[in-house]
Amino acid sequence: MGEGDPMSVSYAPTEDLELIRTTARQFLEDRIGLETVRELMMSEEGLDRGLWKEIADLGWTGLAIGEEHGGAGYGLTELSVLLEEMGRLVTPGPFFASAVLATAAIDTAGDDVQKASLLPRLASGEIIATLAVFEEPRGWDLPSLATTATADGTGWVLDGAKPFVLAGQQADVIIVAAGFDDGIGMFVVPADAPGLDVTETPVLDPTRRQADILLNGVRVDGSALLGGGESTISLRKTLGIGTACLAAEQVGGSQRCLEMSVEYAKTRYQFGRPIGSFQSIKHRCADMLMKTEHAKSTAYHAVRVVDDDDEFAIAAPLAGSVCSEAYNWIAGETIQVHGGIGFTWEHDAHLYLKRAKASSLLLGDARYQRQLLGQAIGL
Amino acid sequence: MTDTDYRRVDDVVDELFARHPPQSTEPEEFWGAQYDLGLAWVWHEEGFGGLGLSRKDQPHINWRIEEAGGSTENRLRNLLGIAMGAGVLTTHGTDAQKQRWLRPMFTNQEIWCQMFSEPGAGSDLAGLSMRAEPDGDEWVVNGQKVWTTLAHVSKWGMLVTRTDPESPKHRGLTYFVVDMEADGIDVRPLYQITGEAEFSEVFFNDVRIPDENRIDSVGSGWRVSLTTLMNERVAIGGNTVPRGSGRIAEAVDVWKRSGSADPLLRDELIHLWAEVEAARLTSARANELASAGVPGPEGSIGKLAWADLNKKITSFTLDVMGLEGTLYPGGYQLTRPTSFDTSMPQKAFLRTRANSIEGGTSEIMMNILGERVLGLPGEPRVDKELPWKDVPRG
Repeated sequence: MGEGDPMSVSYAPTEDLELIRTTARQFLEDRIGLETVRELMMSEEGLDRGLWKEIADLGWTGLAIGEEHGGAGYGLTELSVLLEEMGRLVTPGPFFASAVLATAAIDTAGDDVQKASLLPRLASGEIIATLAVFEEPRGWDLPSLATTATADGTGWVLDGAKPFVLAGQQADVIIVAAGFDDGIGMFVVPADAPGLDVTETPVLDPTRRQADILLNGVRVDGSALLGGGESTISLRKTLGIGTACLAAEQVGGSQRCLEMSVEYAKTRYQFGRPIGSFQSIKHRCADMLMKTEHAKSTAYHAVRVVDDDDEFAIAAPLAGSVCSEAYNWIAGETIQVHGGIGFTWEHDAHLYLKRAKASSLLLGDARYQRQLLGQAIGL
Repeated sequence: MTDTDYRRVDDVVDELFARHPPQSTEPEEFWGAQYDLGLAWVWHEEGFGGLGLSRKDQPHINWRIEEAGGSTENRLRNLLGIAMGAGVLTTHGTDAQKQRWLRPMFTNQEIWCQMFSEPGAGSDLAGLSMRAEPDGDEWVVNGQKVWTTLAHVSKWGMLVTRTDPESPKHRGLTYFVVDMEADGIDVRPLYQITGEAEFSEVFFNDVRIPDENRIDSVGSGWRVSLTTLMNERVAIGGNTVPRGSGRIAEAVDVWKRSGSADPLLRDELIHLWAEVEAARLTSARANELASAGVPGPEGSIGKLAWADLNKKITSFTLDVMGLEGTLYPGGYQLTRPTSFDTSMPQKAFLRTRANSIEGGTSEIMMNILGERVLGLPGEPRVDKELPWKDVPRG
């Protein structure tokens, strides 16, 4: 599409999309409602392996994996619907790290043998994987990585530190981005590899765990290098896919916050009136609606143009910046609409605020996404 | 549109082109033929400029005419008539009224304006004061309208008046079409903050309107006004502009010409570009969903979003210009210009201040979103059941 007539992209929900959405919403509400979210959030592992198996059996972990590798063969559009639904209920666990980031990394950078060995196990839920990339707190633009891969016979030795790895402790396989001669390579490292030290880190959003990972002379085979060489472009594409999926998740959270706020504004009385009859509250809710709809438009667009590299280079950071800002604002205003109760641990509003803030920082904040956008549109 | 509709429309368009080659036919004659073949408002009944098809089939026809070198400029030149007046006539008018007014409206022989707002009735339109009193088979009208676009060149005006001051405000209104050349109508230019008069004030002094120009029944003026406003919203929200065009393109141009390397300005520009693109994609999505029969809230959001964005972009553009932004080349001329060119950023900055006021203030738009889309309760109304004459005013 290039300059992009948006009308050539269809946003109307197909039958498949609707089916995925209703099935997902029902399962999540029945099995991982907000009470369960709170239990998992405060649990040791932050993950219920039984639930993970159920999710895998539903086909979610393999939704966007090709049928030849045991997946359902759908695309990013369908996968993003799951993320949107999970965002509505701040679903805990490693789904984003494993089924989006790691899966996309293998899918875009891996060779046939690597895909055949890893993707079926990811699709079936047998393994959980994650992607370890960032080293500096604001190092989203991938400056020269301090983590290095040194050739050692037919294999590689990895050294370095990755302090912000999503689902680091939950993952069975960690894909490590490391600098070597030709640029950045992505290496598949088993979590039990000698020299790999994984420490869980307390996080702002405890529904999505992180670990601090140290690599001290971790040895891997030559076959561990995805695609057998440098893969900076694939890594950037993977992060773009992550940004688009995260945007969909942010849309789901924004929509849920809007619904919570409207519901409360209709039922909370002060001065003898529902507070939603006051324009100060009503207009805030109208603004939430507008921002949610704008966020939806950018997220839905991004996942639909993933196969068009030029358009996706615009659409992903557009969605990343718009959805991050929208969700952060909406989650914050949700607390304000709820007043004192919204500030309590007992109320669910804080789950969304924490998810909103953390998710807007994972792959680059709105300012960083705007830098990418500016490059893509020549500003 | 179904394939059958496509073929039918294309056949009729081919017929139009064969008989009236778009490039060599005088526009007025071409538009008349277009009306007669049912391609003016394709969703109207046959005989009234339509073929009884869907509103969604019209853009294809317009596109084909433009492709063939024909003009669709009549739609813009007589925007209030073609986009709003026609909808009012088809929903509420008699066959005789449609017969009389639709064709010359479409050919631009007769330009239309809309007279709703008054000095005392802005957002609270239903509170308006202009009186119409019956006298035989005529009505006598007195009062003042304001913010009337195109009044000075119009042949016909859509007019809402108060016919029963004893009823609560929404129930005592009646809608008319008035001949703008009638005795007692005084159209005066209303100068805006740009110094230009884009609108008029219209004074009515014992203006006589024949009862046959009344639209729908006496007392149903509010309902007819709502039809007008709904058509206005469809007209405003109906188009999807190309990416990066319009005001944001002007801001980008100014920024590029300035050679600024200020990272704050750059971030703000990209920020605005992103917001514009989000709003544009939302219009595109709304249009697609509406044509698929799933109308969502996206449509009502457009006006609110664009009003705010236009103001932010034009203000930003002056910031980029720095001290040049303090100049006003040409100065303020108190004139009524024939075209309203706002390519000068300073003028655009001033003109866009009205975007969040005209056609429904942003506050009213947010009330609509809050109450009709989100289902939030309305404000307690102190005037709803009072006879209009007893409502406090000031």
